[in-house]
Amino acid sequence: MASFITRRLLQTFVVLLVMSFVIYGLMGLMPGDPVDIMAASQPGMTPEVMANLRAIYGLDQPLMVRYARWLMAVLSGDFGFSRTHARPVLEVLTPALLQTCKLMLASFTLSVILSLILGVSSALKPGGWIDSFVSLFAFAGISVPIFWLALVLILTFAVGLQWLPASGMGRVGDFGFWDQVRHLTLPVLALTLANTGQFTRYVRAAMIETLQMDFVRTARAKGVGSRRIILVHALRNAMVPFVTIMALSFGSLFSGALVTETMFAQMGMGKMIYDSILSNDFNLALVGLLFATFTTLMANLLADLAYVALDPRIRLE
Amino acid sequence: MSTLDTPMAQGGHGELRAADAQSIWALRWHRFRGHRTGVASLVVLALLVVFCLMAGPLEAWRGIDATQTDLFKRYQPISAEHWLGTDDAGRDVLARLMYGGQVSLLVGLLATLIGGVFGVSLGLLAGYYGGRLDNALMRLTDGMIALPLLPLLIVLGAVDLTKLGFSTEAAHSQSVAFWRIILIIALVDWTAIARIVRAATLSVKEREYVSAARGSGANALYIMGRHILPNTITPIIVAFTLTVGRVILFESVLSFLGFGIVPPTPSWGNMLNNAQELVTTAPALAIYPGLLIFITVIAVNFLGDAMQHAFDPRSEK
Repeated sequence: MASFITRRLLQTFVVLLVMSFVIYGLMGLMPGDPVDIMAASQPGMTPEVMANLRAIYGLDQPLMVRYARWLMAVLSGDFGFSRTHARPVLEVLTPALLQTCKLMLASFTLSVILSLILGVSSALKPGGWIDSFVSLFAFAGISVPIFWLALVLILTFAVGLQWLPASGMGRVGDFGFWDQVRHLTLPVLALTLANTGQFTRYVRAAMIETLQMDFVRTARAKGVGSRRIILVHALRNAMVPFVTIMALSFGSLFSGALVTETMFAQMGMGKMIYDSILSNDFNLALVGLLFATFTTLMANLLADLAYVALDPRIRLE
Repeated sequence: MSTLDTPMAQGGHGELRAADAQSIWALRWHRFRGHRTGVASLVVLALLVVFCLMAGPLEAWRGIDATQTDLFKRYQPISAEHWLGTDDAGRDVLARLMYGGQVSLLVGLLATLIGGVFGVSLGLLAGYYGGRLDNALMRLTDGMIALPLLPLLIVLGAVDLTKLGFSTEAAHSQSVAFWRIILIIALVDWTAIARIVRAATLSVKEREYVSAARGSGANALYIMGRHILPNTITPIIVAFTLTVGRVILFESVLSFLGFGIVPPTPSWGNMLNNAQELVTTAPALAIYPGLLIFITVIAVNFLGDAMQHAFDPRSEK
């Protein structure tokens, strides 16, 4: 077990290293370079000064050298400076991370609860009317463009009914708990509706398979009540593949969060990455992207571990 | 399925009646027709394609030009001349929806095809040769699956092509933007197909007819192309179909965020570019493009699901 974790951590580290190089290289291909951007706000800058600045920042060096320098700095805890925020990258990242955590945690929890209820009730009678209805809902969740879903929610609840705010994270001067909740409601709803579709399909498939297994028939033959069979015998076993797939879907969850945050002007990680790419804030974009990759890889590792923890038949060598 | 197994067994006894001589595709079509949602989806998709192709004829018939901007006719309501009104630049919304659909559907098909060919090749090679090659290719696939795709696609979409040696006018041309989004989506969305083809190849390559071909001196390329690929075609078709849906969603969100199809070329995604303005001034315009994406993708997903059941002889419904 310990050797498995060590090996997977090592693998994760290698993937992260490769990704950091790829993303670093791509950042170099973004429009404009830092010195050009400086020159744009300082019209008096001469070409000599620009060449000097390039030399100071090491921008005249080949890609490998620049990457190696950046990597050494990052490994010693220096993530660089955000151009647009004029603050160290980590100071910008931390509040954004917190905001994304709120959004993702809330919608993830809701999605899991909803998908368990919907998935189990449709698996009880495949082909029945509940199943047809739930399946329509699930397919809708998978197929809806999340930015459009967000638009429809804004049109309905913010513009039309005027129940909830259309964007932002809280009113200036208020920002209390309930104010924040009100501002989070629509983003959480959008993300939840989009995620629940996929989750429900997984729960349903796992549940149908489990309900056909011998131990369920045995339990039934012994006279165990149907509620107990479903909730204790079957659901526990169906949870094994479900937990794994939930952890594996972290990447797409984050992609959804990016769109949702952009639509509702929530200053989270997704919007931060999007904004930093748009405004050529290379340091911030780089660290943001790598952090998103790192978290996704960690979620995948957790998925593997959960698989082992939940199913005693699986052993890792 | 007995009709399929009998011809060999019957040997010289009598001739096969015409009714018995059903091809496997006729059987699959027959099974597929039993799926109401599948057939309905096929009809809906056919109607959508016809709708998109009507763009030219509609313009000719009504005497309008979807590219003609007219700032005196912004946000006009529904009228005899403009059946769905006009957009923020005074262009006919209906004609633009049709043209946008052509672009979105074409991107979906082409990106799936290109990524699919890559995924199929990778899956075939990994499954057929196994061993180290399999290990390396599958690690690559797993690594790709683990990445948060949307942020990565945004970075790829933001790359400045002049830094890759394109001339300035080429880098900003409409056709380059069109092919760029196809290629970047193809670059990341081949993993599902690769895994499915690999799994199918693993099981098919152990069959007797493959051993027989190998024994009679067929080379690996011939075996893969002539014996393995045709026998893995059904899961490939299903995977292609589901991928088209996902790709259309990717295209729409990227174009919406400004990293995909560049205006004035319309796509269902970039027609929502100025959504914030639309929400307050012309809510209906914020609904149409997204609704069309939603209908297309849900039909594609239902179609894929129905085909999966129709192609799987073990599936009951």
